[in-house]
Amino acid sequence: MAQMKLVKCTINGEYTETMVDVRASLTDMLRNDFRLTSVKKGCEVGECGACNVIIDGECYNSCIYLAVWADGKSIRTLECLLGPNGELSDIQQAFVDEAAVQCGFCTPGFIMSAVEILESGKRYTRDELRKLLSGHLCRCTGYENILNAVEKTMNKRLEQKEQGEK
Amino acid sequence: MGVIGQSVKRVDAPDKVTGRAKYTDDLADRSALIIKVVRSTIAHGYVKSIDTSEAEKVPGVVKIVTCFDVPDIPFPTAGHPWSTDPHHQDVADRLLLNRHVRYYGDDVAAVIAKDEVAAVQAMRKVKVEYEELPFVLDQLEAMKDGAPQLHENFKNNILAHTSYEDGNYEEAIKEPGLIVVDKWYDTPTVQHCHIENHICYAYMEAGKINVVSSTQIPHIVRRIVGQALGIDWGDVRIVKPYIGGGFGNKQDALYEPLCAYLSTVVGGRLVKIDMTREETFTCNRVRHAIRYHITTHVRPDGTFVAGRMEAFSNQGAYASHGHGICAKGAGAYRQLYRYRSACKGDAYTIFTNTPASGAMRGYGIPQMMFAMESHVDDIAKRLNMPPLELRKLNLMEVGYKDGFSKNENYFDSFNQCIEKGMKYIDYERKLKEFANDKGPVRRGIGMAVFWYNTAVWPISLESSSCRMVLNQDGSVQLQLAETEIGQGADTAFSQMAADELSIPLEKVHIISSQDTDVTPFGTGAYASRQTYVGGFAVQQTARLMKERILLAAHELTRMSVHNLDLEDGYIININNRRRLMSLKELATEALYSFEHSQHITAESTYQVKSNAYSFGCSFAEVEVDIPLCKVKLINMVNVHDCGRLINPALAAAQVHGGMSMAIGYGLSEQLLFDKKTGRPLNNNLLDYKLSTTMDHPHLEAQFVENYEPTSAYGTKALGEPPATSGAPAIRNAVLNATGVEIDSAPLTPHILFERFRKEGLI
Repeated sequence: MAQMKLVKCTINGEYTETMVDVRASLTDMLRNDFRLTSVKKGCEVGECGACNVIIDGECYNSCIYLAVWADGKSIRTLECLLGPNGELSDIQQAFVDEAAVQCGFCTPGFIMSAVEILESGKRYTRDELRKLLSGHLCRCTGYENILNAVEKTMNKRLEQKEQGEK
Repeated sequence: MGVIGQSVKRVDAPDKVTGRAKYTDDLADRSALIIKVVRSTIAHGYVKSIDTSEAEKVPGVVKIVTCFDVPDIPFPTAGHPWSTDPHHQDVADRLLLNRHVRYYGDDVAAVIAKDEVAAVQAMRKVKVEYEELPFVLDQLEAMKDGAPQLHENFKNNILAHTSYEDGNYEEAIKEPGLIVVDKWYDTPTVQHCHIENHICYAYMEAGKINVVSSTQIPHIVRRIVGQALGIDWGDVRIVKPYIGGGFGNKQDALYEPLCAYLSTVVGGRLVKIDMTREETFTCNRVRHAIRYHITTHVRPDGTFVAGRMEAFSNQGAYASHGHGICAKGAGAYRQLYRYRSACKGDAYTIFTNTPASGAMRGYGIPQMMFAMESHVDDIAKRLNMPPLELRKLNLMEVGYKDGFSKNENYFDSFNQCIEKGMKYIDYERKLKEFANDKGPVRRGIGMAVFWYNTAVWPISLESSSCRMVLNQDGSVQLQLAETEIGQGADTAFSQMAADELSIPLEKVHIISSQDTDVTPFGTGAYASRQTYVGGFAVQQTARLMKERILLAAHELTRMSVHNLDLEDGYIININNRRRLMSLKELATEALYSFEHSQHITAESTYQVKSNAYSFGCSFAEVEVDIPLCKVKLINMVNVHDCGRLINPALAAAQVHGGMSMAIGYGLSEQLLFDKKTGRPLNNNLLDYKLSTTMDHPHLEAQFVENYEPTSAYGTKALGEPPATSGAPAIRNAVLNATGVEIDSAPLTPHILFERFRKEGLI
């Protein structure tokens, strides 16, 4: 029989306690127990990046991260990005504006990696962005517009920061 | 208002960037029983017996169904419109589960269990005893007498052989002074690699079998599930939600028939089948590997006199889309270049003990273009002539008309596209500059053109239906059977409807999901058909809708319908442009009127009996590290004449994706099989090299917009063409850099090492 364990963690800012099967992946827990369906399954072995979430500020493929390891952690998924009145965050809006979305299946994972990149506050070159995003596979876009969306949002945020400092 | 031709934002983007967009697995109830398929561990043979006793003991197992239990009803799987003519029907060579297994991974039995862990554990405990048969993986080997035979009715494993001869080839080649270029080219087995694996679930309700599936073709799948289960097609309901890409793999009935059947054996309970990535690679469909033998007889001035092409297409274990792919390529060969005296073609599609090949973006054209466009550069090299000059001398002439499809080459698209591509990549200058590269790292530049036609008429039916419903607020629901699979179809159709009805785009509510019980008939996403074919259906239905709106307006305003029109959401008098009432007022009044209440709706089917050529080209610039046998793609541009652009931003996005697929085809992607067992060697995303952000340069998409005269909105094929000419452009750039003809794709270091060594470069 399945062995269950209590996992206490924060998901998208909310404290939760859940009994999970010790064999379950974090993808399973987020999708099945919390219905956070932005967390997608594309390979379940950490190859495609569709299940990417942020755990304590760092991106992980949640399909190869056991649910029980999430105990005590703070997890963020795409669902947390909307503003208080449901408005899109800048990076989500950039994906819309740059036509960086096609089938949409890789999109949540890409956006969460973009969030990690943007939150670093660093300025990256196009080539560095390519490297930072290379853990995600997309078959629709050729990555061109995804790179544009991330780069433009990065530049915008850095510009705003510089203006704030002046 | 001119919403057509504007880069409006995708109508589905907000849902897709927030995680609200629901895909099949997001909709499946958690109570679903899980199906796992027991797969053959041999490439060819018969199942002698299956022992499920150990598997049955696994807690949570509900039922195990084997190949000895399923009905003996052969069915076809190809996502083609049904033909009422038996001679044009797809080959019905599938059973739900197979006693005669024909490839490593074939479906032998299915476990239904309460959860995935139990299903997998039981699957591993099912013991299958086989009678092994010899197998064959290579299509040319499979054609030989004495080769292992896969299907009873197809001698020498030849699923189909078609041929043509324009002029008299044997006579033509007698012309004195001709130079003969005779070569073989090889293309690989690749897979679609949509990020969402195929998944479906089924349950019984209201006396029907309901299937929710990640498919491109809901109405076709309905027919196939009915055929496979031997039930009336109306007893099947297919629902298609958002899907995570398809690229042709989901233009086939994949596991919907088995899933539907398995629900019926557990009393109609909800059952779900969710492919692993490994299964997606080898147990769905792949792109046909095709080997070509091309001989061209050419005058010293470069004029093509006679062409001879033989194509040998590896079908794999089951017919699926079959010969259509190889035949489409053969058609392209016949038309792309002008042979002054004769052109002769033979196309063979051959069964082998490998995964079934089916539709994949480009449908035989990426294969044919790799071979032919490589060949043209090889001829140019032999003649010491610039490849572009050779092409311009021989490419299909303006005014060419295909007698069968009635397609016409109306414009000078090839030259216009080539000029744009040359300008962007600075072709002439680089050609000169790179000629001086003699060191270990050399740069090169190359190009290739492509031939494509839109949709499937007159080979198959082209028909599309549309429904529009006017809401009380003057907005409309728009519903089509044509599917959104990531390409942006919903947005393009919404733009067309908004334009016809002269209402703001946000007043068009497109229903993205298809439900075969509700959605009008249409055949779905394939053949780069939807914008062209669906466009007619939207236009016709919108005009019908407009007629009814204006008739209602006549009743309300007492003005003649001939004096009325729709403009910016208002009913206007065309004589003085005065706004008489808003569409919103009309819609509310029409519905709630005490005098004449009516729900204004329109629905119609448009059958398309035309087709359109779509042409263009790719230019690629590479850097070849000869000692490392590595190709680095530096720059790439695709130029397309796909007619008028409905949405330029989304059109460019389509081109980027196709270019990416072409880069993989040219440089890295190849599904490999163990020659000793037939077992797949790299059916995962780690070992199968899909391009990442690191493997691409900037991808440049450009267009030439010649309004297509046969089209409702001036548009023609764009979905698939971007994937067709990139690989040979890269190959020709490598030839330009190194002088070495690489005649098989992909151009991996393994191949380059062999070739460079042979040519004395290393």
